[in-house]
Amino acid sequence: MRTILFILQKEFKQIFRNKALLPMIFVMPLIQLIILPLAADYEVKNINLAIVDNDHSSYSQQLVSKITASGYFKLAGYSGSYNNAFDLIEKDKADLIMEIPAGFERNLIRNGNNKLLIAVNAINGVKANLGGAYLNRILMDFNAEVNLQWFQSPRYNAQPTIEVASSNWYNPFMNYNFFMVPGILAALITMIGSYLTALNIVKEKEIGTIEQINVTPIKKIHFVLGKLIPFWILGMVVFSVGLWIISYFVYGIVPLGNVAVLYLFLALYLIAILGLGLLISTYADTQQQAMSIAFFFMMIFMLMSGLFTSVDSMPTWAKAIAHLSPLTYFIEVMRMIVLKGSSLADLKWHLLAILSFALVLNTWAVLNYKKTS
Amino acid sequence: MKQFFIFVKKEFRHVFRDRKTLLMLFGLPIVQIVLFGFALTNEIKNSKIAILDYSKDALTQEIITKIEASNYFEIDQSISSHKQLENAFKEGNIKSAVVFPDNFTDNYRHLNKVQIQVISDASDPNTATTLTNYLSSIITDYNQSQLTAKPLSYQIIPEIRMLYNPELKGAFNFVPGVMALVLLLVCVMMTSISIVKEKELGTMEILLVSPFKPILVIISKAVPYLIVSLINLAVILLLSVFALGLPINGSLLLLIAVSTLYIITALTLGLLISTTTASQQTAMLLSLMGMLLPTMLFAGFMFPIENMPIPLQVISNVVPAKWYYIIVKSIMIKGLGFSAIWKETGILAGMTLVLLAISIKKFKIRLE
Repeated sequence: MRTILFILQKEFKQIFRNKALLPMIFVMPLIQLIILPLAADYEVKNINLAIVDNDHSSYSQQLVSKITASGYFKLAGYSGSYNNAFDLIEKDKADLIMEIPAGFERNLIRNGNNKLLIAVNAINGVKANLGGAYLNRILMDFNAEVNLQWFQSPRYNAQPTIEVASSNWYNPFMNYNFFMVPGILAALITMIGSYLTALNIVKEKEIGTIEQINVTPIKKIHFVLGKLIPFWILGMVVFSVGLWIISYFVYGIVPLGNVAVLYLFLALYLIAILGLGLLISTYADTQQQAMSIAFFFMMIFMLMSGLFTSVDSMPTWAKAIAHLSPLTYFIEVMRMIVLKGSSLADLKWHLLAILSFALVLNTWAVLNYKKTS
Repeated sequence: MKQFFIFVKKEFRHVFRDRKTLLMLFGLPIVQIVLFGFALTNEIKNSKIAILDYSKDALTQEIITKIEASNYFEIDQSISSHKQLENAFKEGNIKSAVVFPDNFTDNYRHLNKVQIQVISDASDPNTATTLTNYLSSIITDYNQSQLTAKPLSYQIIPEIRMLYNPELKGAFNFVPGVMALVLLLVCVMMTSISIVKEKELGTMEILLVSPFKPILVIISKAVPYLIVSLINLAVILLLSVFALGLPINGSLLLLIAVSTLYIITALTLGLLISTTTASQQTAMLLSLMGMLLPTMLFAGFMFPIENMPIPLQVISNVVPAKWYYIIVKSIMIKGLGFSAIWKETGILAGMTLVLLAISIKKFKIRLE
């Protein structure tokens, strides 16, 4: 026990002595936590629309003013030819083109129907889909208005109708920050935890001080614990600052669920993620190697864990990979406890998963760490 | 000049001697392009929804069949009460629920009006909106098809054409983005580390006292990573075209030329980081912690930049990945020529010069 205390003392001294490291551990993640959720907003608005009006009739005018009044679209151009409008798409000035054909009003009334071309820049699928859907809805509305002008509607509705009443639970105002802040906090904690442990141990290897420790009677487990505990504490502190100061005060996100459960998960998750850092450090000989391995995993964790895109929508094999990342579980846990108020019983499988990560990664790392070279 | 080549040779030896890093250097872009090219999508599909049917009659069954047939959802029909529904939401088993009230068919036939409730888990607002939209449109469609006498009307028929990416593949959006991300981070990280490493180990002093010009020391460090990155670029492009089915509609030569410029921008950024930091740890944390998430978000491939608040839109302009992402999309997918991207290319070139100027200014040839 006394050995560990001495090692801890040494580690803390080294961490606090490094004047460049400490601000980076605290300031950088927290600044990112303040700024990034503002940037991560999936809500599609301000869709740039280029209109090609070959008709110049009163209907085409009405349609255009109805679209611009909807608030979803910004008029990027009002040109006379499709080619001009396509130019705007090529320059990324417009996302959608709507072409009103010549004789639109006349044909609509004379033939009973008329076609209208909508061309969508589909490189970004979401924007394309939503933009097309919004425009479609406005067109249908407009269509109904036109019909109303020409046909008298029956006095009462003889047709049976099914109404859809939709309600949004847990986040009725559809605030995207509520979704992003807990996720980004989880991601930042993961980065700090794994990078720091991986680098710290490898640094001792690289400088050669690890050999000095190896020749002392310090046991493997003492050394490992001495390395893990300081970063575990740092992780807890950074998380708390992020959760209470930034998430609570800046974004106004009040954790709905039991905070003790949240911290239980955090404690276990940190052990798992520090174990990953430790494992990386046992395989790497230099800081450069440790960093590239850590970077490899971090990229996969960031993009596959459902932080930005939905895990459910991935193909089956990719879903399997996503579930090999501890971050996937922790992000889910964060969102479920903070936003939905899920209880420990709701999260038993997540608990089991994170617990197994903690056990497997740490056991593997300790087994793989050799005191002799 | 001869000296320079000798130094480049030394650096190459350093790079190739470290097998583990080398494996990462080449393996990482390959794995990531394939993984993300296939796995990432902004689409919402296979979402689990629950159906809570208090009527269990012919009409509700018909609507349920319609919902099943759409293939957007995985349906859970085991739920039979509101209490269970709430639990399923809390356990995260379902993302949406459709609730049919009592006496559905009776009300439909006799009152001519009936309501279906669609509940979505809005802790993920994007998924919630999309699912609600899907479900409502399926139900509305069904309702329309049940109407017997269609009123005479004028119809505007919209014809929707999906430009560039008719199948709405996620890869068209993500591959250029991941390219921008991987090339930038690998270059920044590797150059900054390799220079700081010499400082930390003390070998920098030896290099500085040699008759070799200090600036050439630095340039010779960047050369191997430039070449490694060019190889990576080639591999990424081959994979995108042959494995992911992405087109290269524009000039390949132009794409390679601009990518080389982008790689050089990244190398100078790494150089700047290395001149301002003293330890490998700091350099790495700066280049990874500091750059991974911001580059991911501000490149514009995850979230549209024009949706962000104005100050952030301004910040996004200093992220080189944003410009490169626009360029890659323009050349590869839209098939545009240099006239369309001269501005973005100019910005990248400008950034490179500024970064280079600052790092030369900051580079200390004296020891402290």
